[in-house]
Amino acid sequence: MKPRLLAAGWIVPIGVLLLGLVLAFTVGRFPIGIDDVFGVLAAKLFGTHSTASQATQAVILNVRGPRIVAAALVGAALAVAGTAFQGLFRNPLVSPDILGASSGAALGTVVGIFFSLGIFAIQALAFAGGLAAVAAVYAIGSTVRARDPVLVLVLTGVVIGALLGAGVGLIKYLADPYNQLPAMTFWLLGSLAATSVHDLLPLLGPVLIGMVILVALRWRMNAMSLPDEEARALGISTVPLRIAIIAAASLITSASVAAAGIIGWVGLVVPHLARSLVGPDFARLLPASALLGAGYLLLIDTIARTAAPIEIPLGILTAIIGTPFFIWLLASAQKTWS
Amino acid sequence: MKLEGRALNIGYGEHVVGRALDLGVETGSVVTLLGPNGGGKTTLLKTLLGLLPALSGTVAIDGQPLSSWTARERAKRIAYVPQIHNGTFAFTVADLVLMGRTAHGSLFARPSAHDRAVSLQALERLGIAALAERPYTMISGGERQLALLARALAQEPRFIVLDEPTASLDFGNQGKVMREIAALAAADIGVLFTTHDPNQAVRVADTVFLIRQGKCLAQGPRTSMLTHDLLTALYDAPIDVVTGADGTIAFRPG
Repeated sequence: MKPRLLAAGWIVPIGVLLLGLVLAFTVGRFPIGIDDVFGVLAAKLFGTHSTASQATQAVILNVRGPRIVAAALVGAALAVAGTAFQGLFRNPLVSPDILGASSGAALGTVVGIFFSLGIFAIQALAFAGGLAAVAAVYAIGSTVRARDPVLVLVLTGVVIGALLGAGVGLIKYLADPYNQLPAMTFWLLGSLAATSVHDLLPLLGPVLIGMVILVALRWRMNAMSLPDEEARALGISTVPLRIAIIAAASLITSASVAAAGIIGWVGLVVPHLARSLVGPDFARLLPASALLGAGYLLLIDTIARTAAPIEIPLGILTAIIGTPFFIWLLASAQKTWS
Repeated sequence: MKLEGRALNIGYGEHVVGRALDLGVETGSVVTLLGPNGGGKTTLLKTLLGLLPALSGTVAIDGQPLSSWTARERAKRIAYVPQIHNGTFAFTVADLVLMGRTAHGSLFARPSAHDRAVSLQALERLGIAALAERPYTMISGGERQLALLARALAQEPRFIVLDEPTASLDFGNQGKVMREIAALAAADIGVLFTTHDPNQAVRVADTVFLIRQGKCLAQGPRTSMLTHDLLTALYDAPIDVVTGADGTIAFRPG
């Protein structure tokens, strides 16, 4: 790719992220000027004096701030995990929950709500459920001796995902229909409405760890997106590397799902768009996906909290926006799958 | 250096594809594997590459068994050129060839200037440097074959193993790949390839290995292997031999 084109490819992800940040801070039931946003943030970060009112400061620092950080993190996380899985499974139609991370997290959550546990216990259960589901899928998939280990993993993921879905259905069926069921439904559709400062650390930790691992392995991931035997002939020990990538991507996905519920489409659509902007080389693709995913979910979340009198669940918005967008992508990029 | 399989039983788990196979490739020489479909050619290649464990017997380079090596150590000595595929992602040809340097860098290392130089040399050697920035998914079959061959060269191996390198190529590109194979041997690389065209063996092979139903029918220098009787037995089909005025021979299905 020509350097000039390359630079153009970065404008979109960075632009979307900046636009997302500005809109997320300023738009809402309590409109805030961009100068106040800068003033309050500078006051917080550098100790300068801000002229904004107490209410404005509270909205920026305690209400929108944590939610913005969470949206950007979750968006980046889902996009990066989707990018990693699409490369690993050599299939551009793969999303981060391909190995059951979301279904496992969903089961963990509804169990937590069913037993009326506290919010942190529920999030911990969701996180553990996601990781346990992926570990189970991997363990079962790797006992099957097959010539295409990747295909076996995908199929195992589909089957285990369906089983976990049945578990979620059972718990919902047994749940108290007046309190628990709406809470479960709301959570399963995805939302950042309840995000507070305390939610950020449990999200940030796993997401950062997973991203650092994936970015460190970016050059190997290029060769990992070749057929298994080819990658091995190039000198890659595919089994441990595949475990590392799956573990890192699942860590990221489970933490995101635990923090924000199930938000589909981001991990499927964003890697595509990023690939069409900067190409398939993971060294460029991973950061581009992260930036674009963060900006994308910021925009979606801003729509979610401003478009209607009540919050629109994120999962519904990402599907409504993601579907036509994805069809457009397919139609415009079908020649190269890029 | 010699890549050698001894007393190999090959196959997948319970499914035995070939038995009692002995095959060696010296650096600087070309070995052609001929045989009908389903005879075990590809399985034998993968076993020699170390991608598939032998059911019994050993694969070794100068007496050192391949099974004791890591994937990386192996990849520095043997490169694999698979049958051309479409590719899932639109990596540029330059990026694809750069992947050939994988075994020369550490797990987290980014490709060095030296890696890029070696990749570019490989592209230039095969005359496809102009394709460097084109997506692999957008070039022709012949160009893809050359790109995969360039990746194998970038690996700087002592042996290159090619699985039906001319399978979906036009006449002109078949000739080009054969010329490159002869050039590899001249550069002291050991080449092992499978093909369905005995005429390619006539042209470049030092040694020919005839495999049928998982057994070695015969192996030896090309002049004694590429005969009417042996090829008829190999394919269990009539074969015509055409002899030119200067004594060159060619085969065609009868």
